[in-house]
Amino acid sequence: MLRLKNIHTHYGKVHALKNVSLRLLEGEIVTLIGANGAGKTTILNTISGVTPASSGEVLFENKQITELAPDRIVKLGISQVPEGRQVFKQLSVEDNLDLGAYLRYRSREDKASINEDREHIFTLFPQLLNRRKQLAGTMSGGEQQMLAIGRALMAKPKLLLLDEPSMGLAPLVFQEIFRVLHQLRHEHGTTILLVEQNAKAALKLADRGYVLETGKIILEGSSVELMDNTDVKRAYLGKEKG
Amino acid sequence: MQFDQLLQYVLSGLSTGAIYALIGIGFSIIYNATGIINFAQGEFVMLGGMLTLLFLDSCKLPLWAAIPCAIAVSTASGMLFERLAIRPLRQPTPINLVIITIGGSILIRGLSMLLWGKDTHAIPPFSGEEPIAVGGATILPQHIWILGITLLIIAANKFYFYHTISGKAMRACAYNRRAAGLVGIDVRRMVLFSFIISSAMGSVAGIIVAPLTMTAYDVGVMLGLKGFCAAIIGGMSSGGATVVGGLILGILESLGAGLISSGYKDAIAFIILLLILFIRPQGLFGKAQSERV
Ligand SMILES: Nc1ncnc2c1ncn2[C@@H]1O[C@H](COP(=O)(O)OP(=O)(O)O)[C@@H](O)[C@H]1O
Ligand SMILES: [Mg+2]
Repeated sequence: MLRLKNIHTHYGKVHALKNVSLRLLEGEIVTLIGANGAGKTTILNTISGVTPASSGEVLFENKQITELAPDRIVKLGISQVPEGRQVFKQLSVEDNLDLGAYLRYRSREDKASINEDREHIFTLFPQLLNRRKQLAGTMSGGEQQMLAIGRALMAKPKLLLLDEPSMGLAPLVFQEIFRVLHQLRHEHGTTILLVEQNAKAALKLADRGYVLETGKIILEGSSVELMDNTDVKRAYLGKEKG
Repeated sequence: MQFDQLLQYVLSGLSTGAIYALIGIGFSIIYNATGIINFAQGEFVMLGGMLTLLFLDSCKLPLWAAIPCAIAVSTASGMLFERLAIRPLRQPTPINLVIITIGGSILIRGLSMLLWGKDTHAIPPFSGEEPIAVGGATILPQHIWILGITLLIIAANKFYFYHTISGKAMRACAYNRRAAGLVGIDVRRMVLFSFIISSAMGSVAGIIVAPLTMTAYDVGVMLGLKGFCAAIIGGMSSGGATVVGGLILGILESLGAGLISSGYKDAIAFIILLLILFIRPQGLFGKAQSERV
């Protein structure tokens, strides 16, 4: 479904991604693990067109999307839940969700089906329901994360990119988020590329994983293989509890 | 100092203030969507008046037809300006943008001078010149047109930004550009949109004020500055705060001209501008991080 071929991405002179290649099959959940600054966010942003690759190819459903602008990429069916949530703080919860469906409104899709999907988001995250008129910026971090995921789902993406959705969240909220990710896979078969600090939880959820170190992919394999790998254990699983 | 006279100053101040507010909102809309201060904004105000004149005199259209034509052409030039001057910029640094919008403003003004000469012209008032008594003061029908149309535009603006998906998307761009792109909003299209709305609003301002103040190729300079001042008072809000900013400026000008000397009229805007920029750069009503739309 998604393929990255020999991707290099630069920030000015900083060479952030070095010859990254990866692939996702339809219906898979794949996780990217790596230390801070390894380049995980950059991979997602290169896929989303925010920080275009300086060389290499990004293919989505066998189409070149390497040079497309972010909005075109969303249109093709890839939505990103960015690092740090990035909800529109000065807009209400409902408006945030509506903007998630911006392209569907633009393509004159039936309002009823958009409304239905919005209500569905509220069943996924019941906590958002009685905050629907509230400004997003006034909610807790966990609620903003739920909103950010909801907003991305409103676009009905074929592929969902998630950047550290559990960052800074309390354990209960963390569980809630992961419960929804499980649900997405079982009920909707959404394909997911998940960047996550909690490597253990991520590997438990995912089918496969890639390990990234200073802009290079140093290891890949099924979740089970990675969980058993001594290097991975030492570097990424060691400090995790439970 | 008589009450009636004071009322008179305030009333006429309100209607020029409404004009400043419209122009100011134009500045703010572009600024919020793009971070650009469009120094060419005043030229679209000028184009509104001058093009109305063109359609009246050269095309012999009646006023009610000349006005929409003028708005359409001004808006199209706003759109063209964005496409030809702003979008192609490879490095849209603030200084480049200042230079390009000032350059654009000089170009539009120059072309207008070549086309229409340096004379000032009058546009007929929309409905007669019979003064209307308000308390002890009088206003002209044109004043009522100005206030009414301004109110209408502000209401339409509010509706657009708060109740349409496109308006919400434009606010989203103002708040968080990257996130806006990531939900599928074409940010460049929104930039174009902001230029369209602003030039349309500017041209309307130029048209409704022209029967009172006359118009010429260079009226955009002062009107643009006053509108900018209104927007600065309002902390670059594209809503209520800039409207209030415009009204305050209009009333202060009118009082200053009436009570002190009409020679000081234009100086007042400069003084307010400097005071605000030094003392309250976030605008008169703004908190440090204010809601700008
Ligand atoms: N905007 C930027 N400008 C310059 N360098 C950046 C920028 N964003 C990230 N980098 C650099 O790119 C590398 C990868 O960053 P990032 O993708 O954010 O890592 P991760 O998400 O894995 O923590 C880091 O070395 C970081 O310093
Ligand atoms: Mg990151």
